[in-house]
Amino acid sequence: MFYGIDLPSRLMLGTAGYPSPAILREAIAVSGAGVITVSLRREGGEGAAFREILRASGCRILPNTAGCHTAREAVTTAQMAREVFGTSWIKLEVIGHADTLQPDPFALVEAARILCAEGFEVFPYTTEDLIVGERLIEAGCRVLMPWGAPIGSGQGLRNIEGLRSMRAHFPDVPLVIDAGIGAPSQALQAMEMGFDAVLLNTAVAKALNPVAMAQAFGQAVAAGRTAHEAGLMPPRDMAAPSTPLFGLAELADAP
Amino acid sequence: MQIDLNGQCLTTGATTLKDLIEEQGFDPSSVATALEGTFVPRPLRAATPLTPGARVEVLSPMQGG
Repeated sequence: MFYGIDLPSRLMLGTAGYPSPAILREAIAVSGAGVITVSLRREGGEGAAFREILRASGCRILPNTAGCHTAREAVTTAQMAREVFGTSWIKLEVIGHADTLQPDPFALVEAARILCAEGFEVFPYTTEDLIVGERLIEAGCRVLMPWGAPIGSGQGLRNIEGLRSMRAHFPDVPLVIDAGIGAPSQALQAMEMGFDAVLLNTAVAKALNPVAMAQAFGQAVAAGRTAHEAGLMPPRDMAAPSTPLFGLAELADAP
Repeated sequence: MQIDLNGQCLTTGATTLKDLIEEQGFDPSSVATALEGTFVPRPLRAATPLTPGARVEVLSPMQGG
């Protein structure tokens, strides 16, 4: 549940960087994504066609504050997004460094506090830092979105143990792996670990065949969730035969 | 007067934010506006005067990740 909403799919898909609007439309459809992310930019003339894709998708819209480097910019962008998209959901990004696109945790918490007080339902793009996560919860966030790896890097889950700790530390908070996912296997791994959803964009948009890749991610996220619910076996150091030994024939030569 | 609209210098006859949106041919219901970095909600555009050098942003939905 994300702010009281039960989503039909645990894949959240970004809409940027696709080869064409038609491919974007088809990728959204075959991915089965329940949420798509969007942004606000200076009106360039092609806005009407994009709005039609959003409307036709039937997906819930999650606007972002991508590109904002201060709390003030992010708050203003969120306020503008709420009016245009008619939703209180906001993917809060406050970028701290242009190379890593790593979140600025101090400005992030500050912006989250302001936006939560204004009635926004904030999805903060954060790191796996537990204390930052706690501060975001105190600020009013009821979802956290730790990065897997830097945005657009496709490195997957770069700090698996840190993410595992975060999952254990916030057992009742919906956690979404946001950014850095490059392959369906990585999304599947995140879901197996018990994360509630995965948000990705570039891995689909920049695939040779984005529509097929969107489908693969949809399947991977669903498979990972099912596996998590089914309960994974604990790993062991030594082998253990899966075929019963009882009734095994003696076929070796007699000593 | 001259203002700054979306980073471009512009000479306008509009005296309010609402007039500017109409003058520039934006669809008023599908854009969001900010003046000097502060959000101006749609109902307040008519009551928001423009002054020379004003910095206006008019944003609309775009692709995003």
